[in-house]
Amino acid sequence: MGFMVFVDIAVALMIVIAMALMLTRLFIGPTLYDRVLAVNAFGTKIVLFLAVFSLAVGQADSIDIALLYALINFVATIAILKFFSYGSLEVALHDSAPVPAPKAKDGEGE
Amino acid sequence: MNGAEITQLFDYLFMVMLLFIGLAIIRLQNLFAVVMLTGVYSLIAAAWFVSLSAADVAITEAAVGAGISTVLLLAAMLLTSGKAKPTTAFRHWAALVVMTAAGAAVFYALGDLPVYGAADSPANTGVGMAYIDRTPAEINIPNVVTAVLASYRGFDTMGEVFVVFAAGVGVALLLNLSGRGKRGED
Repeated sequence: MGFMVFVDIAVALMIVIAMALMLTRLFIGPTLYDRVLAVNAFGTKIVLFLAVFSLAVGQADSIDIALLYALINFVATIAILKFFSYGSLEVALHDSAPVPAPKAKDGEGE
Repeated sequence: MNGAEITQLFDYLFMVMLLFIGLAIIRLQNLFAVVMLTGVYSLIAAAWFVSLSAADVAITEAAVGAGISTVLLLAAMLLTSGKAKPTTAFRHWAALVVMTAAGAAVFYALGDLPVYGAADSPANTGVGMAYIDRTPAEINIPNVVTAVLASYRGFDTMGEVFVVFAAGVGVALLLNLSGRGKRGED
């Protein structure tokens, strides 16, 4: 086991610490946008962790999963932001100005 | 420190995070936050599966748990309110009693399980060892689990795909997801 493997493990541990920080923001986040950002950053941390982990243990197939996570994280973030911006998931994302779409049946805060 | 010890360290770290996320899901009243926490729960579970060398399960968990079900839960949020009703203290205590009993039963059964990664565990002997022996010659791919799912049990997997597809079509028809019909009236 070489020196680089210890570096990989140290980096992976730091990424796990960063994940824990994201989790605290996710738990206490005062606004919804804090939580959306925390989820997005958490997905990025998972991707980084998988890449470093595959280096540390020599499993090359973890890289495929990391790529898949990057794609899914993007789709989920777009879905969450569309939901908050339009109140619906059925609006096409074709122009930059938000269309005043009909709101959800029940508002968020009640 | 060998490979198994490294992965076990990350297993424990991920389990602690899953525990805290579970507690937060129980405590939070804001349902949007709960939806996001379930997505993060799936992400961590999938990373944990990678750490357990179950790459195919991790791909499924990431695609279904973190991707699809987050979007589905968000779509369900359109039909309900954003806050959970506060639960009465009695129901908390009743759930605690039930879960303590169930957890004690699981811990009691834990003593009969083989050690983590043991070579002589029932999963690694018998049929499992037969698959491991035959897969390189018969299927010629490195991942034995994929060989079992897609080739040895191919018809079983195809039946599962049919069931999931039928369920999806049924839900889409019930919820009128095509957008046509009486959407403007309600």
